[in-house]
Amino acid sequence: MTIEQFSDLIYSLFEVTPSNEITPATDFKELDEWDSLLALEIIALIDEELDISLNGDDIRNVNTIEDLYLVVMKKKKGE
Amino acid sequence: MSNPFSLAGKTIFVTGASSGIGKITAKLCSEQGARLIISGRNEERLNETFSLLTGVGHEIRQMDISEAENITGLIESLPQIDGFVSNAGVAKLSSIRFIKEIDLRNILEVNSIAPILLTKQLMKSKKLKNPSSVVFTSSIAGMYSSTMGNSMYSASKAALNGFMKNAAVELAAKGIRCNTVNPGFVQTSMVDFALLKEEEIDDIRKSYPLKRLGTPEDVAHGIIYLLSDASSWVTGITLVIDGGFTAK
Repeated sequence: MTIEQFSDLIYSLFEVTPSNEITPATDFKELDEWDSLLALEIIALIDEELDISLNGDDIRNVNTIEDLYLVVMKKKKGE
Repeated sequence: MSNPFSLAGKTIFVTGASSGIGKITAKLCSEQGARLIISGRNEERLNETFSLLTGVGHEIRQMDISEAENITGLIESLPQIDGFVSNAGVAKLSSIRFIKEIDLRNILEVNSIAPILLTKQLMKSKKLKNPSSVVFTSSIAGMYSSTMGNSMYSASKAALNGFMKNAAVELAAKGIRCNTVNPGFVQTSMVDFALLKEEEIDDIRKSYPLKRLGTPEDVAHGIIYLLSDASSWVTGITLVIDGGFTAK
């Protein structure tokens, strides 16, 4: 999965944020729409689509979508 | 003067005793003079709870009560008891659109079905004395409030409250009282705090009129009241222990 595809995947969870505001460099936790429910949904979505288990700390320790992508790819490799 | 809150001479069976509210409830019940039979999934943590108990004669039953076939044997192995604390519970947060059937079934299995089957088997095996007391650890979730992502847990606890009301009326003739404790947000390992921003945790704390989250001790004290003779004329209640949250 490319970073662009990953970014699109994450974007699919957002309801009101315009698509141009979500790029690999987006600090997604700073978006108005961000809350703990979206955090849960990101974990669930990545589990569902990529079969990778993230925990709360994984989300807490990243800022941008690119950071998150790197964590996911690292876990994927470590399988 | 005798202490109506004492549990001296009583035998109390506690599920979910390996951590959180169950662990502290077992410890404090033993300090009130009770003899404990503690059950839980994790042997190591159950032994840790056991080591905290005051007094002698306590017993351990290491078991996963979500496996229905374990329940009959577990109950058959018990002596006659004066109190049952149905405390084992699990939680998993999920938005509604990401609910997984396997998670939903597991939560209902542990939080609703196991307490009902344990109570059924205690009745069938005539293990509850006359008088005795059953206390279910429920929650304000499902009855009094909701929080983001907590729908599966809320549903399981609402089911438990409904069962308790029926059990209270049906078992009253046998001298068995049934009640729930319904805590607000208690700091235990059940909640993954890492998902919450500092501000969100702070907001939760501030949303409680008493300006703090609950402790396992806060809940255990309510359970001890409901187990003790101090609550002899109390059955069918939901004892809310929530720092004033639902009073708002």
